[in-house]
Amino acid sequence: MEKRPRADTFVDEISAIPGGEGIRLCIQCGTCTASCPNADRMDHTPAQLIAMVRADMREEVLSSNAMWYCLSCYLCTVRCPRGIKQTDLMHALECLSVRQGLSSGRTRTPAMYRSFSNFVYSLGSLPEFGFMAWFYLLTNPLRAFRMIPVALSLLRRGRLSIKARRLTPEGTNQLRAILDKAESLGGVA
Amino acid sequence: MKYYTYFPGCSCSEGGAKAYGRSAQAVSKVLDTELAELDDWNCCGSTPYTSVDELSSFCLSARNLALAEKRGLDLVTPCSSCYVILNRTNSYLKEYPQVKANVDEALAAGGLEYHGTVRVRHLLDVFVNDIGYDTIRSKVKRNLGGLKVAPYYGCQVVRPKFGFDHPEAPQSLDKLIASLGGEPVPFPLKSRCCGGALIISEEALALELIGKLLDSALSNGAECLATVCPLCQTNLDAYQRRVNQKFKTNFNLPVLFFTQLMGVAFGLSGEDLGLKTCIVPAERVLAKYI
Repeated sequence: MEKRPRADTFVDEISAIPGGEGIRLCIQCGTCTASCPNADRMDHTPAQLIAMVRADMREEVLSSNAMWYCLSCYLCTVRCPRGIKQTDLMHALECLSVRQGLSSGRTRTPAMYRSFSNFVYSLGSLPEFGFMAWFYLLTNPLRAFRMIPVALSLLRRGRLSIKARRLTPEGTNQLRAILDKAESLGGVA
Repeated sequence: MKYYTYFPGCSCSEGGAKAYGRSAQAVSKVLDTELAELDDWNCCGSTPYTSVDELSSFCLSARNLALAEKRGLDLVTPCSSCYVILNRTNSYLKEYPQVKANVDEALAAGGLEYHGTVRVRHLLDVFVNDIGYDTIRSKVKRNLGGLKVAPYYGCQVVRPKFGFDHPEAPQSLDKLIASLGGEPVPFPLKSRCCGGALIISEEALALELIGKLLDSALSNGAECLATVCPLCQTNLDAYQRRVNQKFKTNFNLPVLFFTQLMGVAFGLSGEDLGLKTCIVPAERVLAKYI
């Protein structure tokens, strides 16, 4: 598929991403911010983030920690009086910030999401225990130590599988071919 | 007999919520419903993949949808996250031609094509809307008379808009609990977030959300909670002790999958339902009914 020319402004770029087109409709009513369970942790609230995109504050937006606090609870999305897909917009900003190497270092969520995705890419399914152990050891070994009681309680109740579920060899190859092709196509927009 | 293709998702197959998958199958049998597992399915990618590489995340879902399309049946999942992710892919493929073109091209690299015909359903939707409360009530052998249950929907079974129920004040699980003889307690936070996967990267904020949910359930008289999502169950159950440590509280509320509660009412054995996998023991409140 032909690549579209690079947009002039940040808001053009976001509008061209599927799910991001609603950004021009925002009336800054703040319903998304008021609905968000995590707005108080964000360096910019969801409504501010939209205003900043429209003010062409590219770098500030993409290096913000705000979208990484999105829980995908979709409360903002169902309440927005303008029908903006606010949660999807957050995901679009996350992807863009990852692609451009700007993702915030003030939260561990980007690293956690990357570990998760790497496991899924390699195995086609998510071994919960392996993923969590890997992530904790990678980012915060002390936290790994503190998680031992939780891990043990899960283990005792038969809820920690060490072994990962595997796809058939054909399935693994097929999935890999699909994901590699997707990667070569470089993004949704 | 009703037939569906079944997508367990990682948690409900080999993961931490095996008991959900097992009890879903056991209960479906009683309800003359076949949930046939999709062959060779892959992870839906969940929120993390959507947040780092959107096109790949659509492709992960699309492979599952393409495989399911060959069987021509509704695709049912017990996991609220799989439910949203698979549905989201379906609607993006319909709404955005450029997404569809790219996904088609990627699928073709794996020798697959998808025509957009698979309906993705949540297990709760199938039970209450296809099978119905009356049929469920007719299978009850041990009426859960008097058991006070907080119906916890969480977010993604009702939001954004793939829903079969109200996005903020849903009722289907309340009615299902009532049809088992249980008493659904008023639960104002029934569709508020448990913190999701951020329990891993931002534990403090997730514990706060979990604490509020437990407090709301308990102060409304609940003896236990019923959930429809593996991640909600894990957060509320496995992290309840962490909440108690952090906020000096004494919560001791069992958190059951709604299928486990149905199974108890249908007279199935605790083993079939994986009741022993609850971290906060459920036997105390269920003793009367088992």
